[in-house]
Amino acid sequence: MSTAIELRGVTKRFGNTEIIRGVDLAVPRGERHAIIGPNGAGKSTLFNLISGRYPLSHGDILLNGESVSGLKPFQINRKGLSRSFQVTNIFQRMSVFENIRCAVLWTLGYKYSFWHRLGGLKDANLHAEEVMESIGLKARRDTPAGVLSYAEQRALEIGVTIAGGAEVILLDEPTAGMSRTETSDAVELIRKVSQGKTLIMVEHDMGVVFDLADKISVLVYGEVIASDVPDNIRGNKAVQEAYLGTEAH
Amino acid sequence: MAKLKYRPINLGRWLVWGGTALVMIILPLILTAGFTLTLLSQIGVGIIFALSYNMLLGQGGMLSFGHAVYSGLGAYFTVHALNLISQGAFHFPVTLAPIIGGLAGATFGVIFGYVTTKKAGTTFAMISLGIGEMVFACSLMFAGFFGGEAGVSTNRVMGQSFLGITYGPSIQVYYLIVGWALVCMAAMYAWTQTPLGRMANAVRDNPERAEFVGYDTHMVRFLTLVLSGFFAGIAGGLSCINYEIVTAENVGAAASGGVLIATFIGGAGFFFGPIIGTIVFFTMVTAVGAMTKAWLFYLGLLFLIMVLYAPGGFASLILMHVPVIKARLMRRLLLPYAAALVTGAVLMAGLVSVVEMTYHFSLEAGTAPGMKLFGFAFNVTSATPWTVAVGLLIGGFVISRFAWAAVGRAWADIVHILQDRAVV
Amino acid sequence: MEFFLISMLNSVSYGLLLFMLSSGLTIIFSMMGVLNFAHASFYMIGAYFAYQLSGWLGFWPALVCAPLLVGIVGMAVERYGLRTVHKYGHVAELLFTFGLAYLIEEAVHLIWGRSSVPYVIPPSLEGAAFTLFSTDYPLYRVFMMVVSVSMLIGIYLTLTRSRIGLVIQAALTHPQTVETLGHNVPRVFMLVFGGGSALAGLAGVIGGNAFITEPGMAAAVGPIVFVVVVVGGMGSLAGAFLASLLIGTLQTFSVALDYSFADLLAKLGISIGPDTPLAALWDLTIAQTGPVLPYLLMVLMLIFRPKGILGTREG
Repeated sequence: MSTAIELRGVTKRFGNTEIIRGVDLAVPRGERHAIIGPNGAGKSTLFNLISGRYPLSHGDILLNGESVSGLKPFQINRKGLSRSFQVTNIFQRMSVFENIRCAVLWTLGYKYSFWHRLGGLKDANLHAEEVMESIGLKARRDTPAGVLSYAEQRALEIGVTIAGGAEVILLDEPTAGMSRTETSDAVELIRKVSQGKTLIMVEHDMGVVFDLADKISVLVYGEVIASDVPDNIRGNKAVQEAYLGTEAH
Repeated sequence: MAKLKYRPINLGRWLVWGGTALVMIILPLILTAGFTLTLLSQIGVGIIFALSYNMLLGQGGMLSFGHAVYSGLGAYFTVHALNLISQGAFHFPVTLAPIIGGLAGATFGVIFGYVTTKKAGTTFAMISLGIGEMVFACSLMFAGFFGGEAGVSTNRVMGQSFLGITYGPSIQVYYLIVGWALVCMAAMYAWTQTPLGRMANAVRDNPERAEFVGYDTHMVRFLTLVLSGFFAGIAGGLSCINYEIVTAENVGAAASGGVLIATFIGGAGFFFGPIIGTIVFFTMVTAVGAMTKAWLFYLGLLFLIMVLYAPGGFASLILMHVPVIKARLMRRLLLPYAAALVTGAVLMAGLVSVVEMTYHFSLEAGTAPGMKLFGFAFNVTSATPWTVAVGLLIGGFVISRFAWAAVGRAWADIVHILQDRAVV
Repeated sequence: MEFFLISMLNSVSYGLLLFMLSSGLTIIFSMMGVLNFAHASFYMIGAYFAYQLSGWLGFWPALVCAPLLVGIVGMAVERYGLRTVHKYGHVAELLFTFGLAYLIEEAVHLIWGRSSVPYVIPPSLEGAAFTLFSTDYPLYRVFMMVVSVSMLIGIYLTLTRSRIGLVIQAALTHPQTVETLGHNVPRVFMLVFGGGSALAGLAGVIGGNAFITEPGMAAAVGPIVFVVVVVGGMGSLAGAFLASLLIGTLQTFSVALDYSFADLLAKLGISIGPDTPLAALWDLTIAQTGPVLPYLLMVLMLIFRPKGILGTREG
């Protein structure tokens, strides 16, 4: 199995503080990989490094065997990596449909075109409708994203993330703040849209993690202390200590 | 109420565009006073310029203080081209000459835009101002190209007439402007419906997300600016044909500020906003300018009031009444509006009196203290008119506050009713 | 040598004046995120107030009162204008100050007329301060430098020793954190805006009679101050200081140098005639290019070092 994404000694410093300390991680193509860890472990920072939002201080990141460190977010996106955000990050003033259509334009090759009429782009419109269907927002087609309910916005966030057809998908806490039923809907949605793709997600809800993930990495203080299949992680001493030691339940 | 489903493409859109064209064509036949044709031509050119400006401000979220650079340089290139054509250096129909301006505008968009569009927001605003000042300073340096203080003049009448069209009479130039205005309006509207146009909105609203769906925000802004420069250049070329002279003022800060004001008071958030804004702007400049030397003051005041209380411009003020009219609730607003109008008139009378008297006082108190205002003749050095004016101003301010409070209450009621109906 | 020293002194006095303007703009920008387009308008009304007040009270009381009045105007603008548009974002604030600049210029037209007013240097500050080689250096220029430098020290002490100064300093480096500091932020904003305006007003008081007091003076200086802020680095006071001196020097020297590129090339043995390509460019003298240089510097800065001289934030 070939590797979709590989981190080699990835390090990030803010000033003198090392937030990410030499993370090595390889995720094979088609795997659903969850990253867990206590608050402040650097999970979101790791995502920001992989997606090009922050520059690396040290190390290298390879996407399909090709180094992507130092590239801008849009360049990394064009190489087939897409991400969602912990805080919903969509085009608030646009309708649900417009949001998703914006996310498919680049991949379908329309780029910076000012000679195509959006209404006439059959493939883009059709694809956007399909994505809307799959995330269950068809009924809200023309509603501005800003007035959707929280769960709907989170679904749209996932829709915008996957619409471009990226092979590697990063989801940052996709179920945070959701009710129990909303969460189980979201899990089904994630399972569906990540079919046949490489998924890396940061998640706090252990139910979701053990339900979805093929493999789990545990990040504590910027270091991966364990990376294994769910059953082994459950029984791992170091993980239990790290978790119970920092997060009192 | 059953919702009628129809494709908006057909009837509605044709009616709007056809109606606009018809109005533009027959207006000079109805309004025949001497100055109207000049005003209408000005508005026609202004509409192209303001719409091109709104590609930046409204569609792309870029506040520019130097947009006249593109229209002005477009005008300069057109004027030189016209002079070369009339000398026989090359053949080119005058009808199509604005395209030369457009190409020049786009070219300078490429040159300056790459630097200015790296950032949006405040930085873009400041740099656009700097570029504008730089070009203006250059216009005084290179007298050969810019014509120094006198500018460069030309003669639009050249060659043989084609079907009687010589562009000698200004009515012919007006129809040339109408033709270009309609084409440019349609083109700029079409642009809002293209991938680049939509991504310009996306970059305006959420640049970060736009990057994460594969778009280089710098590139989106840059291309938007180049296209905007193209249309601004066409406007510049038309103004060159219209006035037959181009001066450094065409690239100056006042021209850049004017288009910003016109676009904003019309409403940058709507495609047709700048059109309304341009009509209001030039009508006000012509009408108020004919009445008082303080017209710029009133214009600035109108702009400030719009920024403070109606940031969506006239377009949003009009559109916010559409649902109210549909719901047949307009009568609830009539009385408060009438009160606001009357009290506002008192306030305006006081303000205008104070402004005009101050002006007269500072300019001519020594030589001609007598002046006439609203049909009253009085002496500006005496206390009575000042007492009356300041009284009107303060009194008007106080009573109009009450009137506006009533307007606010009426609106709150209407919003409430509309929400209730929406729920049921 | 003589030319160089005199020009250098002029550069410094002009640069310090620019810094009085750009420091206020920088502090307001860093604190409130507002790029005050009307900043140079406060400079202008400072000069006009000083002209009016010195006619009634004399120059020295005007030197104190005019900036204070401008500061009060600034606070009123913040309280009744900016605060209202704050909710619409920074672009709306910028538009507001743009409209304000328009209105102030027109108000000046209304009250003081369209031509310049005779705001002159007081008799006690006329004459020469010292003689350098054969040139008398004007006393007023020295006075300008003294006022500017004492203001500079004043700003420094306010920023480092007072409570509000510490809040401002925190805001310069960590703009988001200020809101969580628990200070009465709107009041701090009002004071900062008023203080920045008063600084601009003071610059107007001492600059208005050194140069000229006319309705166009705001539009002439405003863009230069923006250039200073961009070149120095948005939000950096030290950067604004260096950029002020740099641009002051650039403008002062360029005006005085009457050489063209053609002269330079002629010295190198290349002759430029009217037929040479780009003849208009080569024949320009440095003095003629003077007005463009600051903007050219800004563009070059943006291409090669977008952060500015000492800026930390990129845009």
